[in-house]
Amino acid sequence: MAASAVNGAAVLRLRVLTLVLLLGSWEIVARSGWLYEDVVPPLWRIAVAFARLIADAQTWRHLGVTGWEVVAGFSIGYLLGAVFGMVAGAWRFFGDAVAPWVDGVATAPKIVFLPIVMLLAGTGIASKIALGALSSFFPVAINTAAGVRQLNPVYARVGRSFRLSAWNMATRVYLPALRESLVTSMRLGFGLAVVGVLLSEIKLSNAGLGYLANEHYSQFRVPDLYAVILLIFVLAVGSNSLMGRLLRRHPSPEK
Amino acid sequence: MSRAGRHRFAAAAAGLAAVAMLAGAMEVLVRTGGVSALVIAPPAALPEAFARLWREGFVLEPFALTLAQACAATMAAALVGIPAGYWLWRSPLLGRAYEPWIGAAFAAPTILLFPLFLVLFGRGYATTVFVGFIAAVIPIVLKTREAFAGVPRVLLDVGRSFHLSEAQILRRIAFRAAVPGIFTGLRLALIYALVNIIGMEFLIDFGGLGRIVSEMYFRYEIPGMYAAILLIVAVSWLFLALLSGIEAWLRPR
Repeated sequence: MAASAVNGAAVLRLRVLTLVLLLGSWEIVARSGWLYEDVVPPLWRIAVAFARLIADAQTWRHLGVTGWEVVAGFSIGYLLGAVFGMVAGAWRFFGDAVAPWVDGVATAPKIVFLPIVMLLAGTGIASKIALGALSSFFPVAINTAAGVRQLNPVYARVGRSFRLSAWNMATRVYLPALRESLVTSMRLGFGLAVVGVLLSEIKLSNAGLGYLANEHYSQFRVPDLYAVILLIFVLAVGSNSLMGRLLRRHPSPEK
Repeated sequence: MSRAGRHRFAAAAAGLAAVAMLAGAMEVLVRTGGVSALVIAPPAALPEAFARLWREGFVLEPFALTLAQACAATMAAALVGIPAGYWLWRSPLLGRAYEPWIGAAFAAPTILLFPLFLVLFGRGYATTVFVGFIAAVIPIVLKTREAFAGVPRVLLDVGRSFHLSEAQILRRIAFRAAVPGIFTGLRLALIYALVNIIGMEFLIDFGGLGRIVSEMYFRYEIPGMYAAILLIVAVSWLFLALLSGIEAWLRPR
């Protein structure tokens, strides 16, 4: 059952067939009238709504707001998480002391913290940035701490035998050795910042792509709603894989 | 007490002390008027707020509701995901065609599709359970396939040398060898389902634990809201710890 026994053309055929079946059944349901009108609009109406969405200048303004929230929230969460993770990883006692608390909050859905964040930072852009930061902080902190714990102790010994200063130790030994986990954290944290920002926009906001989706939803403009969701999803997946690709382009020197 | 035991105890005590100090600092901050009690609930008010949530039926019933949804979602996901994972392993064509898609879906923020489910299924349990199902089914499929792929070839060859049928090999050898890996998938699935369902409940003001947070916020009952959020954190942590414990206990030593 070796994977190489499967030929690429068959795989491609199966994938195309699957897509055609999925889109085809959507279209059949759309035209059948089985469901309440407009819940499943025909594909061409979604395509038209999508084209209208892309052409609308307002969309780009909302995209700008969301983009800024994601970038700001991610940057804050990443920096704080990386520093916290390095301390928790290097200082064993501190790491063990905070671990149960960090794990608990890390597992809980971050979106339920939105009310607290809104009480502290208002319902505007600041609250979305804060939620994005909160969402990315935990995976970054946990992943970085794990990376520090797994460091090969030989690196530190070599550094010490060269009598490196603390600064040189950090920048020449620890940071390069931690590259891998810092990069992985970046991917994880960014993805979660996107989710945190968009979910809080959908819950309560007055700008951003999440707000746009909510507007269409509350007025039951279904094709427009689906177009926005499609745009959000494409952008979220696209930015994630772009990030992955950018980070992979610079492989760590060890490998 | 052993050295490691002493270290663990001291660390846990220090963590608890740090959290207690943080709570004390917040209490002082609120009492001196540094921060309004309408923004940060004074920690001393939390036990009373929790007791009120309990009395008004905002603890056990919502917890049971959320748990029931998470279990339903996970069970449905297991019924779909375990056979799907098996077929992805059994048929190399299916595996090569779909495994990359499912892997991509694992990394994709599927919860962002929830307005779509909201329109399709309405604001009800169908939506929350479906969101939980989607979150749960993906790790089950991936882990099941991985588990079957990890079954040593020798075991399967032994079965063949005894002229067992394919069904017998599956039932008596492959499935049994794959159980620990499948359980890992189920554990992840239950946690993801739980967390995503709580998030959904908060977002659409419907269902169990997540709804309570939203309701307290709109009622402006600040201590109640903090208590509900802490309850969610506690439940999430408890589940994580409990399931990891069960898995470690089940794993053959």
